[in-house]
Amino acid sequence: MKKLINAPDTVVTDALAGVAAAHPGLVVDVENKVITRAGGPKPGKVGLVSGGGSGHEPLHGGFVGYGMLDAACPGEVFTSPVPDQMLLATRAVDGGAGVLHVVKNYTGDVLNFQMAAELADDEDIEVASVIVNDDVAVEDSLSTAGRRGVGATVFVEKIAGALAEQGADLSAVAAVAREVNERSRSFGVALSPCIMPAAGKPTFELGDSEIELGIGIHGEPGRHRGPMRSARELAAVALDAIAADIALDGDLLVMVNGMGGTPLLELYVMYHEVAEYIGARGGRIARNLVGNYITSLEMQGFSVTVCGLTDDLTRLWDAPVDTPALRWGR
Amino acid sequence: MDTEVFRAWIVRSAQVIEANRDHLTQLDAAIGDADHGINLARGFAAVTAALDGSPADTPGAVLTLTGSTLISKVGGASGPLYGVAFRRAGKALGVAADVDLPALEQALEAALAGVQQLGAASEGDKTMVDALAPATRALGKAIADGASLAGALSALADAAAVGAAATVSMQARKGRASYLGPRSVGHEDPGAASTTLILTALRDTALGDTAPRDTAR
Repeated sequence: MKKLINAPDTVVTDALAGVAAAHPGLVVDVENKVITRAGGPKPGKVGLVSGGGSGHEPLHGGFVGYGMLDAACPGEVFTSPVPDQMLLATRAVDGGAGVLHVVKNYTGDVLNFQMAAELADDEDIEVASVIVNDDVAVEDSLSTAGRRGVGATVFVEKIAGALAEQGADLSAVAAVAREVNERSRSFGVALSPCIMPAAGKPTFELGDSEIELGIGIHGEPGRHRGPMRSARELAAVALDAIAADIALDGDLLVMVNGMGGTPLLELYVMYHEVAEYIGARGGRIARNLVGNYITSLEMQGFSVTVCGLTDDLTRLWDAPVDTPALRWGR
Repeated sequence: MDTEVFRAWIVRSAQVIEANRDHLTQLDAAIGDADHGINLARGFAAVTAALDGSPADTPGAVLTLTGSTLISKVGGASGPLYGVAFRRAGKALGVAADVDLPALEQALEAALAGVQQLGAASEGDKTMVDALAPATRALGKAIADGASLAGALSALADAAAVGAAATVSMQARKGRASYLGPRSVGHEDPGAASTTLILTALRDTALGDTAPRDTAR
């Protein structure tokens, strides 16, 4: 294993020290692993807190700032944070209007945020939670833990963050977060596994010409394994799966996301194929993101996330945002 | 079984989890996200440190502190699930200074109920419940049959191991392994495996104290 680290045990806290040094607009509690906006809670504004395992950067810490999250709690690599962290973050961002927890649908994240919400309730902080579950690779049925939360998390945090910034109340911010999640679907493909620092070896084995279809973001294997194929064919695999769940017509927000080890050159090749596919089906990509936004360490691969826009959602997407990883309009 | 036995059980559990850290992580790599051994070892190391600095002077207090520490330190799904299990068991034991087999059975039933409530898992879902539930039943049956402490705790540990082994052929319906669908079949559930390690540590700890008496029988 070759990694740019000092020791596997300190990778998360060492990285947080780097985040603190790089971004003076953020307050980073390295010891307790909480990233908050500088300046403290804004009175009367709903606070947005998210969190999850580390290894998905820039998610979530890179989305803390004006117009998006108020705080993020990074866990150990691929491991959900603990309730103590979430409670610290919740307290730190409560400006009296309540706090929204944005939770990706993984058993660990859901359980820990549930406990944190109970602890916050004991302190009379009003908390609402939205569970993001956009991954169509997982069957949403009683025989699974439900669809995973992946790329739509970025859309939820941006759009709900914009509405909170405009002064909406907690129920409205939670409602728009749920609406974005409902309207979004994702599918991911891995060309290579990734290596967790503490484990030191790949999370799964893949042959030279094999790929994993329907992956999540934790280096876990996908739903099935298949032969490598062209970008055009892979775009069709991903979008066929998404189109089976939501209509690809009207105005769409589309993200072609790299899993951490994919050159931007290849992501643009993928974006072209994605745009061709959607255009051929009568959809219009009104807004897009191409780049590494929700990653899986150094995994090679991509995911596509599609969200059906309304005029209101487009306006919230376009609203000013100023975070380390997303910045426009300000 | 007094407070010292319970403290020794938790310390032994920490040692066994640490010794099996890579094994548990490999089981998790096959069907999950390759961190079960790493997280649990980190959590139990924190638990032994917390116990060292704590005056916890009843079996219930030892287990409650164990659970609270796991919730605070582990993360993932295993932190809250094991945390709730130990906390519920600790609460069930109350302030008793000594725990007999029926009290232990009640504590394990409380732990099982807590895990099932939080994780919404049933037997057959390929989770830690598939070790904990049959183990608790086996303990109840052994008590009803008038087994000795050694016999009852052996029945407990053996049933956990049998239950964990049975998860190999199950398809996961909870947790990250469920994303794999049929591909989850053929691998032992890491949570059932760690539950077996912990319950086996209980037998080994308690029998370390009672072996001479049982041998004499």
